[in-house]
Formats: sequence, C-alpha cells, structure tokens
Amino acid sequence: MSIRTEQPWVRRALIAAALVCLALFILLPLFVVFFNALNKGVEVYFRSLNDPDTFSAIRLTVITALVAVPLNLIFGVAASWAIAKFDFWGKNFLTTLIDLPLSVSPVISGLIFVLLFGAQGAFGPWLMEHGIKIIFAPPAIILATIFITFPMVARELIPVMKAQGSEEEEAAMTLGASGFQTFWRVTLPNIKWGLLYGVILCNARAMGEFGAVSVVSGHIRGQTNTLPLHIEILYNEYNFTAAFAAASLLAMLALVTLVLKSMIEFKYRAELSARDGSVGAFAGVAAGKMENHS
Amino acid sequence: MSIEVKQITKIFGTFKALDDVSLKVETGELIALLGPSGSGKTTLLRIIAGLETADAGEILFHGEDAKEKQTKDRSVGFVFQHYALFRHMTVFENIAFGLRVKPKSFRPSEQQIKEKVHELLKLVQLEWVASRYPSQLSGGQRQRIALARALAIEPKVLLLDEPFGSLDANVRKELRQWLRRFHDNLHITSLFVTHDQEEALEVADKIVVMNAGKIEQIGTPEEVYHKPVSAFVLNFLGNVNLFHARVEEGKLSVGTAPGVQEPAAKIKSAKMYVRPHQLSVTREPLSVNSVKVVLVFINPAGSSVKIEACAQDGNNFQVEITQDEYKALNLAKNDEVYLTPKKITYSEYEI
Amino acid sequence: MGINILKQKSTLPGLHLSLGYTIFYLSLIVLIPLSMLFIKTSTMGLREFVDVITSPRTLAAYRLSFGASLAAGLVNIIMGFLIAWVLARYSFPGKKIVDALVDFPFALPTAVTGIALTSLYSQNGWVGQYLYKWGIESAYSPLGITIALIFIGLPFVVRTVEPVLQELDAELEDAAASLGANRWQTFIKVLFPNIIPALITGFTLAFARAIGEYGSVIFIAGNMPGKTEIAPLLIMTKLEQYDYAGATAIAVVMLLVSFGLLALTNFVQSVFSKRIGMN
Repeated sequence: MSIRTEQPWVRRALIAAALVCLALFILLPLFVVFFNALNKGVEVYFRSLNDPDTFSAIRLTVITALVAVPLNLIFGVAASWAIAKFDFWGKNFLTTLIDLPLSVSPVISGLIFVLLFGAQGAFGPWLMEHGIKIIFAPPAIILATIFITFPMVARELIPVMKAQGSEEEEAAMTLGASGFQTFWRVTLPNIKWGLLYGVILCNARAMGEFGAVSVVSGHIRGQTNTLPLHIEILYNEYNFTAAFAAASLLAMLALVTLVLKSMIEFKYRAELSARDGSVGAFAGVAAGKMENHS
Repeated sequence: MSIEVKQITKIFGTFKALDDVSLKVETGELIALLGPSGSGKTTLLRIIAGLETADAGEILFHGEDAKEKQTKDRSVGFVFQHYALFRHMTVFENIAFGLRVKPKSFRPSEQQIKEKVHELLKLVQLEWVASRYPSQLSGGQRQRIALARALAIEPKVLLLDEPFGSLDANVRKELRQWLRRFHDNLHITSLFVTHDQEEALEVADKIVVMNAGKIEQIGTPEEVYHKPVSAFVLNFLGNVNLFHARVEEGKLSVGTAPGVQEPAAKIKSAKMYVRPHQLSVTREPLSVNSVKVVLVFINPAGSSVKIEACAQDGNNFQVEITQDEYKALNLAKNDEVYLTPKKITYSEYEI
Repeated sequence: MGINILKQKSTLPGLHLSLGYTIFYLSLIVLIPLSMLFIKTSTMGLREFVDVITSPRTLAAYRLSFGASLAAGLVNIIMGFLIAWVLARYSFPGKKIVDALVDFPFALPTAVTGIALTSLYSQNGWVGQYLYKWGIESAYSPLGITIALIFIGLPFVVRTVEPVLQELDAELEDAAASLGANRWQTFIKVLFPNIIPALITGFTLAFARAIGEYGSVIFIAGNMPGKTEIAPLLIMTKLEQYDYAGATAIAVVMLLVSFGLLALTNFVQSVFSKRIGMN
C-alpha cells in the first residue's frame, strides 16, 4: 500500500460519504423532476406539453438564445483577442469589468433594464412617445439575457488564447498571411474547443435564466413567457404535472449540456496534454544547457 | 540579400533589451548571434523579422529601409525556437501555408503547391511525413519541417531562433552539421540565435557576441576564440582561468615562486586570463609565473585529461592536458604541482 | 492613434478593432445599464435612502439572505471538500459520471431546481416527510432557503478545491511520511494549509452567488415578509409596487456588499498565496 493514500476502509468510507452527499443533493432533485413529470403516465406527460402557451414559451426561449449567444460569442472572440494577445494599460481592470455581470444578482440584472427602459426609466417617456415597447416585451428579455450571459464565452476563451501564446500567429505572419487570414486559418482552429465550450455554457444559461427575465417579462402568457417563467406560472396554478413536464425539458437540456461539456473537456484535454508533453520533454534539455564557462 | 542594422535600441518597460546596436550582414553569410539569456539576441532577431518594433534606429534590407514593411511583406523566413508549427494542420499543410495565403494573383496552382512542398520535404529529407501532424514528429523532425515551411516562401533571409535549443544533445550535434551543409548548398543569408558557444563556433561564418543589449565583438570563430576583445567574450567562449598578477619592485608576476618578470613600471595590478589547455603542468616550477597547486580532481575520461587544481590562496584552476602528458607525469589526486601559463589569451591592467 | 495605451508594442494586427468593440459592447450592455443603479440612487435623498435600507422589513431580508448564504457556504466547505478530495484522490467505478454530475447545479435552470427541491422537502415530499416527523420544517422556512443555496453553491467549492488537490506536489506527502508523520498529521499539517486559499475562494464564490440567488429559492422560501423573504424577492416586490427607488436602494447595498466581498477574497487570497508561494 502506498504511503500516499489512506487505509482502505477510510478510503471506502470517504467515497461512500461523498456519493451519498451527491445522491441526496444532486441526483434526487434530478430524479424527482422526471418522476413528477411522468407520474401520471406518458400520455398525460405529452398532453400537458402539447399546449400553445408552452410552445410559444419554448419559441421565445429559443429566439432569446439565438440572439444572445451569437452576440456574446462575437464579443467573446473580440475581447479575448485583445486581452490574450496584447499587453495594454488597464487590462486587469477591463477583465474585472467583463466578469462583473457574474456577481450581480439576476433580479438586479433585470432591475437595471427597468430603470433604463421602464415607464419611469431614463428612456421610458421617449420610448412611449415613439410607441416602442422594450420592457414587458421580448427585447428586454433578450437584453437581460445578454447581460446575464455576457462574460460566458470570453471567460472560456481568454485562458485558452493566453495559454496558446502568439507564436503560431507570428509564424503565419512571417509566412505572409494577412491579419484576417491569420485569425481564420490559425487562431480559430486552435480555439475551437474552447469556443464551443463557452457557447454551450452560454446557451444553457441563456435558455434557463429565470430571475432577470422574470423582472422584465411582464408574464404575459403566450407572449412574454420564456420556458422557465412558464414553469413558474404552471406551478403557481397547482398544475404540477405540466410544470414538471416543462421542467423536464429544461432538465434534459441541462443533461445534454453536461454530456457535451464533458466530451469537449475530454477531447480538449487530450489535445492539450499531447502538446504540453511534447514541449515539456524537450524543454528540460534546453534549461540545463548553460554550461562551460567559469 | 544583405541586412544592415543601424543603431537599434529597444526598451521593455525599464529594461534595455538592445542598446544602440549596429551590425552588417553580407549576402550569403551564416551568422550566429551568441550571448547569455537576456543579452538581447532574440529581440534583435525579432526586430529584423518585424515581429518587434525598435524604439530607435533602422533596419536596411539590401540598402532599403524596412520600417514601413510589415512582417508579412518582408519575405523573411523565421524558424521559431519551439517551431510554432500549426498543430491543427498536417506537415504538408504547414509547408503549403505560406503559398496558400498569397494574394490570388500570385498564388501557385494546387499542382505547383504540391510539387513545391514535396521538393522541400525532399530537401529536408522527410518525404514520408507529409500526412502526419506535428505532434507525431520527433523534435529533430519538427525542426526540419519548420525550416521547410520557412523556405516555402523563398525568403531572401533566414532567421533561426535557438534552432537547436529544444533538442537532445546527440540530435543537436547531427542537425548542426546538417545546417552547415545545408547553408553551403543554398547560400541564403542566415542569422541564428544561440547561447551555446560550441554551436556558434562550429556552424557560423561569423559570430556576433552579445551581452546586456550590446554587441561585445563581431568576428570569425577563430577571432572571437583566440583574440577576444573583452573578458566577457573570453569567458563566454569556453573555460578560462584567472590569474591575479602582482607588481613587486616594478615587476609583474603571477606565480608564487620569486623571480624576475617583464618590466611593468606603470601597472599596479593585472588580471590574466588563460585557457585550460594553455597551462603546462610540471613537478618543478618553470618560471616566476609558475603557481603551486594541489590537484583536487582528475577526470581522465575523454580525448584530453581534465584536472581541477587549487592554489594556496584558494584560487581554483581548470587544466586540460593530453593523455600522453598525463601518463608521463604520473599524476594523482592531492599531488602538488606547478601550473605555468603558456599563453595569456587576454589580460586587463589597472594603471 | 491610441497606440500609447499599449505597454508593449505588438506587431499582431487587430488591437484597435477588437479592443474598440470590446469597450463599446461592454459599455452598452453592462456599464451604462449598471450605472443606472447609481444614477437612480443619487436622485434619492440620503434620508430616503437610509430609511429604505434600514426599515425592519429590509433588515430582516438582508439578515435572512446573508445568514442563509453563510450557513450554506459553511456546509458547502465541508461537503465540497469531501467530494473534491474523493474525486481528486481516489478512483472508483463511475467516477467520470460523478465528476460530470458535480456541475449539474450550474447547468440546471434555477426554476427547475426550485420546484424540484420544494417537491422533495415539503411536508409530503420524499425527504420532507421524514424531516417533518422530527419537527424539522424543511420547506417554507430559513432551512429550506439554505437547502436551495447549498445546492447551487456546491459546485463552486468542488471546482476550486479539486484542481489544487490534484496539483499538490506528491513529494510533499512523501516528505512528510519520510519524516515520520502519520496520514492524519500529513493531512492537517501539510495538505490542509495548502488548500485553505482555494477553500476561501470557493466559499466566497458560493456565498456571493447565494446572496443574489432568486429562482431556486423563491419556490421553497415561503416568502413571508420579515420571516422568509430574501432580499432579491424584496426588490421584486418593490418593483411590482412601482417603488423603483426602494428597489434600487436595496439593490445598491447588495451589489456593494458582493463587490466588497469579492475584493476582500482577492486580497486574502493574494496574501495567502504569497505566503505559501503558490499562484
């Protein structure tokens, strides 16, 4: 037995304790969602999903994600290029600002858009005059979702780009590639896993956001309800089976997200370690080379 | 194409990486930039490639100012220290990259690209790796592929950053000779950066010794080794022993035995530098310059015998003698012998 | 133009475009909307502001939010450390799946979490029925709120501690063992001090998230003013009553507290890291 590990019985007890914690706190809630959704049979499950309000909620959720994710993706690529490849004044401050939305409560994230565009808000009267509706309408839902998921792609990309350094880009430039060619042919293929990873996490959050969206939505059935908001309405109407049926859709989204995430991690790790291993194996020789002068 | 570097200065924050450096490289030369880490050699190479911009000074390519030219337009082949091969591309695509990113009107046809890549692979003797990825190659193979990729754009200048730095010792030896022959065939103006004096001495036509952002000496390998212009160059190019010479009654001597030496009227003291193989070892003092030492370590393995000796004042000496001399003298550890400089490679006087 | 913002000149292209767009988008989406909080607050009188944030109902909400977050954070330190230890140190069948499951609370939408936990912990729920028998009210109570906050905070602790445990130099443990320390002494004197910074970080991240949490809490909370009403819900209630100023005042205090906390952790962590000599 190695000195670096515990007695077998200690080990087993710790593993068991950890698994019990996880089962109780994570598996059980997951299980209860599907149990409650399918409790009254598969037929009831599908009947409760087959509802125009549910469909329109799904539609709005998908539209929101389809707008928010690409916008944050473009931002993520731009921000990580600037932050990972260049050294400028205020860079740390900028990075902090980018992470800011993560430490803002969802309710406050919604509140700030009410303060901007609500009836009493800064632009409220002007918008009303021009008949533009943002608050209690899809635009505010999309805006709040963009805010909530703002840093999610950038956060994944910045470390990936930093770790890769700029050598391959420099090589491309010495070979005559333009800035755009360098980005498209060299940078993008190298960050694709990190990018996909960020997009998947961003999408999961965008589709599942509740608090921020709840503040700005107005809860108009069939119009300004996203799927998470729709669950709340159904639940508060004591329509539990329908609520859990809708919840099961989001739970499946979460599971798919986890599976994809684990797959990317696996793939990306393999790629990373292959490269690190090969560089590391030779780096040692170079380091030990300062010899021969007294 | 010739390269002229004129009074280049480069500052990183508060660190002066290059301080008023000037250098001229003639067409077809193979030049080594030699120096310890932090001496500015890589920075100079990157400035020539346009990967770094100088704070002052100018670079002339064939007499023409290169300042306005971006890296991509300089037609400089750059081989990076860690090769910077594109990980997501096969060897073939790596080499073809420079051809594929050419503006449409200059871009060769697919057939021409294929021929060119195979020609280059043949040149670096790695025809069978075309479809592999960089991670499937050994260090030495990557090195040669990086070179082939740089050559694909038919550069007028080839710049290599520590080309052998990341390789195993024996692969490094082999590739050195290969690069030398390679340059002899192609005759492309080349600069390479190294911190290994052996490498510079063996491969280069001319060596530029750098220290702390300045050029210490430019010369052929023979010149920098045998006629160093500073203690730094001397130290950097091989082992050396230091003798503190004393002035007694107007005579200068380094030894412990009393006697007469050359007149040194104006000199107060001096530092004499002697290479290990330029010390004779004898049982009796040869002259006033003989120093009495105790042998602390003898390594007879190798073509010469390496000896470490210690003088009474605590000074350490490294000596190299031939196997024949070693046998004739019948030396053993802790023997007391005398060391006498045969030739002083470099000396510094305080007047 | 603008080149002087660079600490170090670079020959890579695209700085102005990428940085310009970054700052533009950041201002549009984050900075301008967030600044509205402070603009709105500045239009309130100081008196009015203080009145809102010191009213009994607000204070009760703060107390509940911070108290439950603190309790949940402490539970997560223990549970998160246990799980991280097991994942980093031992191998067992199904470990990969367990490892992926740890992130589940990140991925599950909060509304789903909320109704799932409520159904589990309410009086006739699978877990709640036993707890209620013992007289433990596990739903519609501060305990219920804490349970929800434990759920959402757990991954923060596991994910900050796990990599540190994995990267700890195995030689440290061998050295301790060779010097005669038993396994427990090695853990307490050698391993644990190295993990403290990660534990603090994990705790603060979980705590900061918990303070602002809304979706997973409101279903299980009960939402009784002064008793089980968390601060984010109070903001929501004020908004529904069109009391924008009141909502903003409460929000500003919460925001400043979470920023202050994160700054404090960064500071504590940098002090610790310097002492231990890790990054």
